[in-house]
Amino acid sequence: AMAYGGLAVPLIVMSVFWGMVGGVLPWLVPKGPNRGVINTMLVTCAVCCYLFWLIAILAQLNPLFGPQLSNETIWYLKYDWP
Amino acid sequence: MGSLFRGEPMCLAQLFLQSGSAYECLSELNPNISVFQRKFVNEVKKCEEMERILGYLVQEIKKADIPLPEGDVAPPAPLLKHILEIQEQLQKLETELREVTKNKEKLRKNLLELTEYTCMLEVTQRFVRRTAEYESQLHVNCEEFPSVENEPLMDYNCMHRLGAKLGFVSGLVHTAKVEAFEKMLWRVCKGYTILTYAELDECLEDPDTGENTRWFVFLVSYWGEQIGQKVKKICDCYHCHVYPYPNTMEEREVIVEGLNVRILDLHTVLHKTEEYLRQVLCKASESIYTWVIQVKKMKAIYHVLNLCSFDVTNKCLIAEVWCPVADLQNLRHALEEGSRKSGATVSSFMNTIPTTQPPPTLIRTNKFTSGFQNIVDAYGVGNYGEVNPALYTIITFPFLFAVMFGDLGHGLLMFIFALLTILYENHPRLKRSQDEIMKMLFEGRYVILLMGLFSVYTGLIYNDCFSKSLNIFGSGWNVSAMFEQNVWR
Repeated sequence: AMAYGGLAVPLIVMSVFWGMVGGVLPWLVPKGPNRGVINTMLVTCAVCCYLFWLIAILAQLNPLFGPQLSNETIWYLKYDWP
Repeated sequence: MGSLFRGEPMCLAQLFLQSGSAYECLSELNPNISVFQRKFVNEVKKCEEMERILGYLVQEIKKADIPLPEGDVAPPAPLLKHILEIQEQLQKLETELREVTKNKEKLRKNLLELTEYTCMLEVTQRFVRRTAEYESQLHVNCEEFPSVENEPLMDYNCMHRLGAKLGFVSGLVHTAKVEAFEKMLWRVCKGYTILTYAELDECLEDPDTGENTRWFVFLVSYWGEQIGQKVKKICDCYHCHVYPYPNTMEEREVIVEGLNVRILDLHTVLHKTEEYLRQVLCKASESIYTWVIQVKKMKAIYHVLNLCSFDVTNKCLIAEVWCPVADLQNLRHALEEGSRKSGATVSSFMNTIPTTQPPPTLIRTNKFTSGFQNIVDAYGVGNYGEVNPALYTIITFPFLFAVMFGDLGHGLLMFIFALLTILYENHPRLKRSQDEIMKMLFEGRYVILLMGLFSVYTGLIYNDCFSKSLNIFGSGWNVSAMFEQNVWR
């Protein structure tokens, strides 16, 4: 079921997660001499990692070519898999 | 935030240090200082002398296998009055050590010689047997020259009658040289000597080289003064240890007894000397670590003092320093503290000077950020007041590394390695075993930690673990489209 959730589920999960890391956590960091550094780290990390994942999955939505399958494999994929 | 974002605001300050308290004041400061000339050369020499003594002491202690305790806390630089104390102590220790070691050497050499002498006497006793019953027998044999080699029986009195004086040279010679020695004797003295020798069972130590070698005890009997001289010269040539040979049995026994007593005495004295030496070294080893550090600090302080210029009219040293504005208060406190400690009447002070020169860049880092700052500084240190790229490098550098590396398993290994070095960063063994590569890895442990962490993330996205493919979510590829379009049947 997970594999056929399409794009929606992973998109929502990742966006919420990195959104929290980059947008909410910085407010929760305790005040101290390192607050600035930690906040910068959190935001940079969120931006970098989210973009990385997003670009990877968007690139896979419309692939240039698919897997090289034999006739038999294709038949099985159509009729035997759910 | 200020600190990592840009460098610190700096200002130029002039320090007026009173000459008496200059030393203390500087030891209170953390020198972030840079300026001009040399006056304290003698003090630096004194420090170097002390360092030399310390080096010698450490060497001696290591030779004696006494454990050197290493303290964790670096002791502060010593006050001027303590310096003299330390210097005296060190000098005393050094002279004592040198004397004791010299004595020990002498005693050991002595002991060796005596042991050799005893062995030699023992062995040569077997060569020459002179009992009353043999005398009559010998009467007959000694009419002709005993030209047979290794003839053990010889009668002293008979030789006298031949009109020549019989002499003996006895001693020890190296195993390797015995044959050459024998040949030389034969060639030079043409049969007027008789050489008897036997190997010593135990290896004795050679006092010149200190290693255990095998010795041969020899006894050369000759007659004639000139032959005697030649024999002695040959013995010298071959570095034999020659000892006086007793003429009668009674003399021999007396000598042997005397030797034994002396050897016993020497053993005790040697033992006591070694114990004393050990005691001295043990005591020294307790304080050596502190001394080494203190002397190093002293030297550093004097180096900096040398950099200050001497203002003759005001009888004080002037130093121009760049100081971060935030630290000005601390600077004042340190100067006051130093003046107080040295008991000076006039306290040293400072004032800030306006300047148009661009100050140097100071960026304060902690153990986490210093790794990244070093990487950025390798490309070039920013100008004063410039934005510091290291702040963003903390994340982007490991991230870009991970984009290129992207392996779940290997990333995990890197992460664990870095985690271990961080958790055990205060472990003494880690601090000590620092060769070039390990040192680099240790300094960059936080960098490696982040690199490993991001590599795990990108490894998951690349589906790559230990260079093998992963299949976590299955494939999104669906073949129904091919059937619907009737492209394939």
